[in-house]
Amino acid sequence: MPDLTVNGVRHSLDADPAMPLLWALRDLLALRGTKFGCGIGACGACIVHLDGQAVRSCITTLEDAVGKQVLTIEGLGMHGEHAVQRAWKAANVPQCGYCQPGQIMQAAALLKQTPKPTEQQIIDAMSGNICRCGTYQRIKTAIHAAAAEEA
Amino acid sequence: MSKLENLSRRHVLKGIALSRFMLGARVATWSPIDQAGAEPASFAPNLFVAIAPTGQVTIVVSRSEMGTGIRTSLAMVLADELDADWQSVRVEQAQGDAKYGDQNTDGSKSIRLLLNTMRDAGAAARHMLVTAAAHRWGVAPSACHTEAGAVVLGASGKRLGYGELAEDAAKLPVPPPASVPLKSRAAWRYIGKPVPIVDLDDIVQGTAVFGIDVMLPGMKHASVERPPSYGGRVNSYDATEALKVPGVERVVEIPGAPPPSGFLPLGGIAVIAGNTWAAMQGRQKLRIDWEPGPNADYDTSDYRAALEATARQPGKVARENGDVDRALQVASKHVSADYFVPHLAHATMEPESCTAVFVDGACTVWAATQNPQQARRTVAELLDIKQSAVTVNVTLLGGGFGRKSKPDYVAEAAFLARAVGAPVKVTWTREDDLVHGYYHAIAAQHLEGGLDANGKPVAWLHRTVFPSIGSTFTAGTVYGSAGELSQGVVDMPFDIPNVRCENGRADAHVRIGWYRSVYNIPHAFAVGSFVDELAAAAEKDPVQFLLSVLGEPRKLDPKLLGSAYSNYGASLDEYPIDIGRMRNVVLLAAARSGWGSPLPTRHGRGIAVHRSFLTYVAAVAHVAVAADGTVTMPRIDLAVDCGMVVNPDRVAAQFEGAAIMGLGNALYSSLTFKQGRAEQSNFADYQGPRIDATPETHVYVVRSEASPGGVGEPGVPPVSAAICNAISNAVGRRVRALPVDPAELKSA
Repeated sequence: MPDLTVNGVRHSLDADPAMPLLWALRDLLALRGTKFGCGIGACGACIVHLDGQAVRSCITTLEDAVGKQVLTIEGLGMHGEHAVQRAWKAANVPQCGYCQPGQIMQAAALLKQTPKPTEQQIIDAMSGNICRCGTYQRIKTAIHAAAAEEA
Repeated sequence: MSKLENLSRRHVLKGIALSRFMLGARVATWSPIDQAGAEPASFAPNLFVAIAPTGQVTIVVSRSEMGTGIRTSLAMVLADELDADWQSVRVEQAQGDAKYGDQNTDGSKSIRLLLNTMRDAGAAARHMLVTAAAHRWGVAPSACHTEAGAVVLGASGKRLGYGELAEDAAKLPVPPPASVPLKSRAAWRYIGKPVPIVDLDDIVQGTAVFGIDVMLPGMKHASVERPPSYGGRVNSYDATEALKVPGVERVVEIPGAPPPSGFLPLGGIAVIAGNTWAAMQGRQKLRIDWEPGPNADYDTSDYRAALEATARQPGKVARENGDVDRALQVASKHVSADYFVPHLAHATMEPESCTAVFVDGACTVWAATQNPQQARRTVAELLDIKQSAVTVNVTLLGGGFGRKSKPDYVAEAAFLARAVGAPVKVTWTREDDLVHGYYHAIAAQHLEGGLDANGKPVAWLHRTVFPSIGSTFTAGTVYGSAGELSQGVVDMPFDIPNVRCENGRADAHVRIGWYRSVYNIPHAFAVGSFVDELAAAAEKDPVQFLLSVLGEPRKLDPKLLGSAYSNYGASLDEYPIDIGRMRNVVLLAAARSGWGSPLPTRHGRGIAVHRSFLTYVAAVAHVAVAADGTVTMPRIDLAVDCGMVVNPDRVAAQFEGAAIMGLGNALYSSLTFKQGRAEQSNFADYQGPRIDATPETHVYVVRSEASPGGVGEPGVPPVSAAICNAISNAVGRRVRALPVDPAELKSA
C-alpha cells in the first residue's frame, strides 16, 4: 500500500510497488497530463518532478516515489500560470500538444536549477524530450522568454 | 480565448460523473460534447454552427486535430463570416458521420475542402440573424450591419446580440446553400490573423484529452501481443502465467485478417487487466505458438537489392514526351544516378489508443483517429453490425502523420469491449507502434539525364520502384497507383523536351501506408537531388540551373503529364502547375538564405523545390559536415506559396515542423526488417531529430489570394534533397541513399 504525495495531496494506493509511477498517476489517480511515449525513458513525455528533480515516470517505480513530493503538470501552475506555461502560450509552442507536458516539466526543472540558462544549457537539458511535430525552435524561444521574465 | 471550452476534458476528467451514461442504451446516444459547457442552443441553421440565447456560438469542426491547428482555423473561417465574437466561440468536435462529408483528415486538404462550406455556413447564420433583427426593428435588413456578435441598426446605436436574436432567427427559412453573399477579403476579421489555437490552455495545463486519456467507469485495460510478422497468426497459446499477474483478469484472442488486411486488426492475444501496467506485465507472460505466415522471411537488405535491380530495367510507362532514348544517346553529357529511401514509421508521440464500450448491440468508441468515418465502417465490419450502431467520438490526436487514418486499433478496442462486456481501452506500446505499423514505402529509383553542348537538359528518364499502398487493401497490387505516381513523378515540372517516367513492379511484405507527404518523400528526394547533379554536370550554379530548367513562368500544359495525373483530386483549372509560382519560391528562398555568401570549410548550401498538395515550397539547407562525417544543419530557409492563408502562425508552425521531420527523414530515420520483423522497436533505435539537431528555421510565406493549397505535408519533401545537395556542396560527396551515412562523409 504505497503512500504517494502528488501535487501536495497524499494518496494511499493499492498497487504493486514495482508499478511505474506513470501508470499509477494515469490509471489509478486519473492524472493524465503525464503522458506515455516510450516506456523506456527515451522520450520525456512522462516527465514529472520528484522532490524538484525532473524524472521519467515511466522508469520510476512507485516505490522510488514513496515519501517524496511528486509534482505533475496538473500541479505545476494554478490555471497554467507558471512562467514556463505562460511563455509556452506566448510563443504558441504546441502543435499536437502530446509531448508538451513533459517538455514543460523538464523546462521548469531546468529553470529552477539554472534560472538563466545559456542556449547550450537549454539544448542539453531538453535533448531527452522528443517532439515529433518539431516544435523545438519555439521551445527554445519559450524557455529564453521564461528565463528573462523570471529574472 | 478564455471562454473556449475544452470539450473533451470535462467529460473525461469527470469520468465518474459519466457512470449514469454507461448504463443501458444511453451509451449509444451519449455525445462527446461537454453538455455542461455547452449552453443549449436555440438556433442551429446548419451542421456547423449553433447559437445559444446566452450568445455562446458553437462551431462544429469535422476534421481531426493532430497538430495542424485545424480546430482553430476552420472555426476562424466560420466565425469570420458569422461576425462572431471570438471570445464567445466554443469548438465542438464532430463525431464520425457521413453527413459532414469527407472527414478523412489526410492529404493536407481540410481548408481546401471546407473553406467555402464554413464560409457559407457562417454567412447563412449571419443573414438570418440580421433578418431577425430587421423584423424586430421594423426596418429593411439592408439598414442593418453586424459587429462582433451583434446586429447593429445603422448609426442609431441600437444593437441586438446574437443570443437575443437566436430564437427569432430559428423561425426563419434557411437560405439555400451558397446563396448568401460572402464578405470581401478586406472585411475579414479573423482569416489571415495569427489566432492562438483553441486547445492551447488545456495543452499547457495537461488537461487536453487525447485518445489515450479517455477513462470510463469500470473500464478495463488491454495490451495485445500481435503476430511477429505480417500475416502470421496464433496456432495456440498458454495464458496460465499471464493470468497469475496481479490485476490481470482474462485474455481474449482477436482474430486477424489475412493479408491484405486493410484496416482490420492484425489479430493476436489481448490481456485484459485493471490497469495498463498489469496488462503489459501479463502480456509478457503469454506463451504463444505462431503460424509464421507468408512474410516471415521479409528482409529489407535483400528487398532493397531486388528493388534496385528492378529499377535498372524498363518499367510501365507513366509519362512520355518526345524520344528519351534517342535524346540520351545524342546528348553531350549523360548523367545517371540511383537513389534509395528506406521504410519510415510515423512514431506519433501518442501511440495508438482507443476506448470502446459495447452495449445492447451498439458500439461507442473514443478514438484519436484521423478518419472517423472509416473507423465507423471498420468497427461495423469487424463486429458485423450496422454502421448506424457505431458511434465514433474523436479526441485530440497526439500526432497523426497518416498513421491514425488507419483504424485497426479502433477495431481492436471495439472487438474487446464486446468480448469483455465492459469498457475497454487498448493502449499500444511504442514497440507495438514501430513493429506493427503501416510503413512508409521503401523505394529505389533510377534517373538518367542528358545535357546538350550548352549544358541544357534535353532528356529525363525517371524509374521508380516501391510497394504501393494499394497492396495493403487489394491482393495482387504490384504497381503504383496513378495518385502515387502523381506525387513527384509524372508532375516533374522541368522544361525538358524528352521525358519518360516509369514504374517497376514491387510486392509488399508489410502493411504500407500513408506517411506525411507520402510518395513525395522518395520522389522529391530523387528529383531534387538529380537536378542538382545535372547542375553540377553542367557546371552551373544550382539556383541558376533550377531557374533555367524550370523555364519561363507558365502553367504547365496538362497534356505533357498524361491523363492519369491526379493533381491531389483538384482541378487543374483552379490549381494548375504554375511554374511562375515555383520560380518565385526558388528566388525567395535563395535571396533570404544568403545564397552565394561565403561559408566556413565543410559547410555548404543546397536548394530544392517541390510542388505537392497544391503548394509550392523551396528549401535552402545550410549544413555542416564534421571531420567524422556527422552532418548537422545550422539553418534552413523555406519559401512557401500555399495560396491564401487562414492562420499564418499555424502555417509557419507546420513548415517549422516539416523542416524537422524532413531532417529526420534525411539524417536519422530508417526502419529495417529481418525475418519479417522490424529491427527497430523504440526511440532508442528508431531515431528522429531532437532539440540539439534543430536548425535556425526561417519560413517565408508568399502573400497570395490564390485558392488554398495544403500546409501539413508539402514542407517535408524538398528538405532531404536540399540537405543532400548541401552536403555535396560542402564536401563534394553525393549522398544517394537515406538516411545519410556519416561513415561515407569522413574527411580523407
